[in-house]
Amino acid sequence: MKPPPFEYHAAASVEEAVGLLAEHGDEAKVLAGGQSLVPLLALRLARPAHLIDINGVGDLGSVANGSGLTLGALVRHRVAERSEVVRRANPLFADALGLIGHVAIRNRGTVGGSVAHADPAAELPTVLVALDGEVEVRSGRGTRRVAARDLFEGFLTTSLAADELLTAVRCPAWAAGTGWSYQEFSRRSGDFAVAGTAVTLRVEGGTIAEARIALSGVSATPVRATEAEKALAGQRPSADAWAAAAAAAAAGVDPPSDVHGTAAYRRHLVGSLVRRALAEASTRAGGGS
Amino acid sequence: MSRQVLRLTVNGKEREALVEVRRTLADFLREDLDLTGTHIGCEHGVCGACTVLLGGLAVRSCLMLAVQAAGADITTIEGLEHDGELHPLQEAFRDSHSFQCGFCTPGFVMTALALLGEGRELTEAELREELSGNICRCTGYQSIVEGVQLAAQRLAAPQAEGSVAQ
Repeated sequence: MKPPPFEYHAAASVEEAVGLLAEHGDEAKVLAGGQSLVPLLALRLARPAHLIDINGVGDLGSVANGSGLTLGALVRHRVAERSEVVRRANPLFADALGLIGHVAIRNRGTVGGSVAHADPAAELPTVLVALDGEVEVRSGRGTRRVAARDLFEGFLTTSLAADELLTAVRCPAWAAGTGWSYQEFSRRSGDFAVAGTAVTLRVEGGTIAEARIALSGVSATPVRATEAEKALAGQRPSADAWAAAAAAAAAGVDPPSDVHGTAAYRRHLVGSLVRRALAEASTRAGGGS
Repeated sequence: MSRQVLRLTVNGKEREALVEVRRTLADFLREDLDLTGTHIGCEHGVCGACTVLLGGLAVRSCLMLAVQAAGADITTIEGLEHDGELHPLQEAFRDSHSFQCGFCTPGFVMTALALLGEGRELTEAELREELSGNICRCTGYQSIVEGVQLAAQRLAAPQAEGSVAQ
């Protein structure tokens, strides 16, 4: 239960971190909040030869709302959770932050770390997939943006190269009047979700103009419930519409079975959570529940 | 073996030590500074027993490397008592029987200390949510919640301490 030996590098700038990644990338891990990486070290599930600590990098901690919400990779969950800017810019993101672990975890955990860790049960990756968000990535080769749908490749696996540093997380501008809901189920408060869903809903002229539904905990990455989304478009908000969409979402997943729940149980959860989330999002969008 | 000189403040005292970079803050406090009040339960961030304050915020000391605390201001359970006087939160825990075996107690006290420091008024449901990152296997939590509530009352109205303590 003690981390294995490694070389420790405290980077003072993005350039320095990127330089260290270029040198050690394959054998290095980036240390941000450490709330997922340090347990992996303690359990010796990760044995990097080099740890590149980016906590001393000064310019990764900003929160900005321009054409969409942009959060520097090092913004702590708790800071973002309490930020009025985040709440106004993207209430789904704000709600999801409050569901991550516990307060002491959120005091250290970072927005960029949660996304880069790519746990399919985690909240922020699910929100990014729901909203078609993206991340900004730096390396010695330059800066690029990666869409959420291209970022999450598998369990704890992203498409980022070994020499790339995730520097910011972005969500598109929030359309006024959009309703939202994040629902998840875990056995104990603060545990990783057995299953969860991030939903947004836009109602125009009494019918659903757009529904977005992302699911966590049911696949190697967060996934969109595309059949359910399509079924909702053009419908009037109603309990029947939510039930039909929830059934489509449940039918569309092939979840794993593990000690936390069987595949059948997870599928049942997806149905319940999606129905609940759609009703809440609809109320918030002014479409009734 | 990779080691670094670490300078930081612990319970108001400047400390300096040569530490292995893979040493967690929890192990550094216990093994290098002999501050064994910080307990280690799970060593992977689940139980909350190792909670300390980092610049006033509650954090898991098992999920930080000691070298990451360079220049930081750390408070541990040993930093609460002054000249033999317990902190009001510790007194409230004692008066409310907020512990049985006591293993989880330092973590709960430090979590509650950070919370009380924010000065927010909390409902019982909110308080339980705030404390949910700490695990206790004895009390069933009821007396811990009561202890934090009692401390909050006493800190809000210190003149009423005598009557509340009845």
